Amino acid sequence: MSLIWLRFALACYFIGLVYAFVALSRTSDLFSRIALHAASLGMVFHFVSLVEVFLSGHFVWASVHNGESLLGFFSMTFFMVIYAIYQTTSPGVVVFPVVFFLTFVAALDQQPVLLTQFVSHQGWLIAHIALIFTGYAALLVSFGASLLYLLQERRLKAKKPTSLISFLPALEVIDQIGYRSLLLGFPFMTLGLITGSVVAITAPTIGRVNFLDPKILLSVLMWTVYMIMVFTRWNSGWRGRRAAFLATFAFVAALAAWAANYFSTMHRFAS
Amino acid sequence: MRFQLIGVNHKSAPLEVRERLAIPESRLPDTCRDLAAYPGIEEAMVISTCNRVEVVTHTVNGHADLRGFLHDHFHLKPEELDPHLYEFREKDAVRHVFRVASSLDSMVVGEAQILGQVKEAYATARAVGAVRGQLDQLFSRAFAVAKRVRTETAVGSSSVSIASVAVELAKKIFGSLQGKNVFIVGAGKMSELAARHLMAHGCASIFVANRTYERAIGLAQKFNGQAIKFEDLYATCDRADIVITSTGAPHAIFRREHGEQFLARRKNRPMFFIDIAVPRDVSPEMAKLDGIFTYDIDDLQQAVSSHVADRRKEAELAEAIIASEVERFEARLSTLDVVPTIVSLQDHLETIRQAEIDRVRGRLGQMTPEQEIAVEALTRGIINKVMHTPITTLKSAAKESEATTVVDVVRRLFNLQVKGKEAAVPAAKKDEVGTRG
Repeated sequence: MSLIWLRFALACYFIGLVYAFVALSRTSDLFSRIALHAASLGMVFHFVSLVEVFLSGHFVWASVHNGESLLGFFSMTFFMVIYAIYQTTSPGVVVFPVVFFLTFVAALDQQPVLLTQFVSHQGWLIAHIALIFTGYAALLVSFGASLLYLLQERRLKAKKPTSLISFLPALEVIDQIGYRSLLLGFPFMTLGLITGSVVAITAPTIGRVNFLDPKILLSVLMWTVYMIMVFTRWNSGWRGRRAAFLATFAFVAALAAWAANYFSTMHRFAS
Repeated sequence: MRFQLIGVNHKSAPLEVRERLAIPESRLPDTCRDLAAYPGIEEAMVISTCNRVEVVTHTVNGHADLRGFLHDHFHLKPEELDPHLYEFREKDAVRHVFRVASSLDSMVVGEAQILGQVKEAYATARAVGAVRGQLDQLFSRAFAVAKRVRTETAVGSSSVSIASVAVELAKKIFGSLQGKNVFIVGAGKMSELAARHLMAHGCASIFVANRTYERAIGLAQKFNGQAIKFEDLYATCDRADIVITSTGAPHAIFRREHGEQFLARRKNRPMFFIDIAVPRDVSPEMAKLDGIFTYDIDDLQQAVSSHVADRRKEAELAEAIIASEVERFEARLSTLDVVPTIVSLQDHLETIRQAEIDRVRGRLGQMTPEQEIAVEALTRGIINKVMHTPITTLKSAAKESEATTVVDVVRRLFNLQVKGKEAAVPAAKKDEVGTRG
C-alpha cells in the first residue's frame, strides 16, 4: 500500500520535474504555482507512504529504498522551508529532478536492499541516517543555489534586458539561500559522520574499521570539501564561479559516497 | 495660432550638443525673459531637461528667428547646432507640446518626470511674465491632455526611466535595497536623480565624491549623506554597494585593479556600478570581474527600451488621444479668436447707444422711471437685433477655417480697434493683457 502512495507522490513530483525544465527557458507564474501545489500534494502522499511503511513495522532503517524515499522527503521539506522564507520556487529547478529520481528509485517494486551486518545500536543508526540525510538535503539545495547563482550572474552580465525578467530571485537572495543551507547542513553532516563512525565501530560483526574503505574515503572527502566551502565562504566570501565549482565537487563526492553503498565492504547492502 | 517651437532632444542630438544647450535652473528665468524680448516673439517658454532643450513661443507672425536666438544665446555656430534642431509650427507645435507633456516623446515613453519638469518650466516662464495668453492656454491644455493620457492608457503604468531601471537592476542584484549604501561619483543631475530613486527604495546612506569638493558637500547635504574627498575615492568606495558614476574624466577612473581591491575588501560581496558617464568611468576590464556588475548608459537605455516595446500599443492609443486633443485645441483657439471681436463689437455699439441716449436726453426732458426703462429697452433691442447676424456669423465662422477672414471684414466694417495680438485672449484676461498695449 505504501508503494501506491509513493507512486502518487512520484506522479506529483513529475510535474515538478517538468517545471524544472520549463523554468530554465521561460517564466510562468501560473506554472510555478502549479508546480508548488503539485509538490505539496506529492509531499502529502510521500508522508503518508512513509508513515504507513513505518507503522506496518516493515520500515527498515538500513534499507536503501526506504533511505532514498526518506532523503527525497527531507529534500522536499528543505525546499518548502526555503519557499516559506524567500517565496521562491527556483531552487526547485535542482531539487525537483533529484527528488524525482530518488522517489523513482524508491518506488520501483523491488525487494528492499538491506545492510548485511546487523547493527547493535539501532538508536545511533537512526540518528546517523536522519542527520546525514539532512546534511545531504542541505548540500543539495546549496549546490542548486550555486548553480542558480551562476545562471543569474550570467544573465546580469549579459545585459540583455529580456533575460532580466526571469524566474530567478535576486542574486543576493540566491546567495543567501545557498550560504544558509551550507551553514545549516554542515553540523548535520558532521554529526552524521560521527554517529556513522560510532555505528561502524560498535558493530559487533565488523570489529575492525577499514579506513581505506571507499565509503569512508568518499565521506571524508565530501566532508572536507564541505568544510572548505564553508571556510572559503566565511573567510573570503567566495561565491559565483569558484563557489559553484566547490559545490559541484562536494555534490559529486556526496553522490559517490552514496553510490559507495553498493560496493563498500563495510557499509554494504545485500539484495 | 502662431506657435513656434524649436529644440533638440535625445533623438535629434547627441549628448555633447545637449550638454552645451542645457540651461541651469538658476538661469532659466533670464533666458525666458531674453527670449520673450527677442524680436517677433510675444510669449516664450524654455524647457531644459537632461534629454531635451526646447524653446516654445507664440510669435507675432509665425516667423520669428528662433534659430538666431539659439545661436546668439548659446554662442554656437549654425553649422554646429542646426543639423540637430527640429522645428515645429502651429498645429505641429501643439502636437509636439502635447506629446512631450504626455511623455510620449521621452526617452522612456510614459515616464512621469517629464510632466513635472514641463510644469516647472511653465511656472518659471509665468513668473517672469513670459507666458500670458496663448502659451498659457496651450500648456494648461497640455497638462490636461497629459493627465488624460495617463488615466486612459497604460502608458505610464509601469513607468520606468533610466533612474528607475537602475533601481530595478539593483533589485535584481541585491533583492531588497534596505541598508545598501550608495556612492555618487561626480555630482550631476542624472546621478542625483538615480540616487534619489535608490534612496526612495530604502538605500541607507549616501557618499558623494566630486572633483570640486564644495559641490560634493552641497549634494551630500541634500541627501543627508557624507562628502568624500576625491583623493579618498578608492579608499572608501568599497563601502558602497551601488556606485553611480558620472564624472567628466577622459579615461576610466575605475580600472580592474581597483575592482579587485574593492572585492577583496568587501569579501566578494557584489558591487553594482551605474556608469552614466560618457566616456565611460568604469573600464570594460573591471566590468568582467566576478561580483562587479556594470551598466553603462547604453545598457541602461537598452533595458529601458525593452519596456518601451511593451508599451508600444498603449502609446498608439495615446497618440490617438493626442491627435483628437490637437483638433479640439485648435477648434477652441479659433473660437476664442472671434470672442474679442464680438466683445469689441458689442462695446462699440454700446458706446454709440450711450452717446445717442445722452445726446437726446436733453430734448426729451425729465423722464419717468418707466420711460427710462422703455428707452433703454428700445435702444438695446435695436442694437441686439442689428448685432445678432454679425455675431452668429462670427461664431459659426469660428468653427470653419474662414474665421480670420470674417473677423477681418467685421473689424473693417465697424472700424474696430481689436488689440490684434491678444485676439485670442479670453475676455476674463483682458485687463491683464491690456496693460501690455
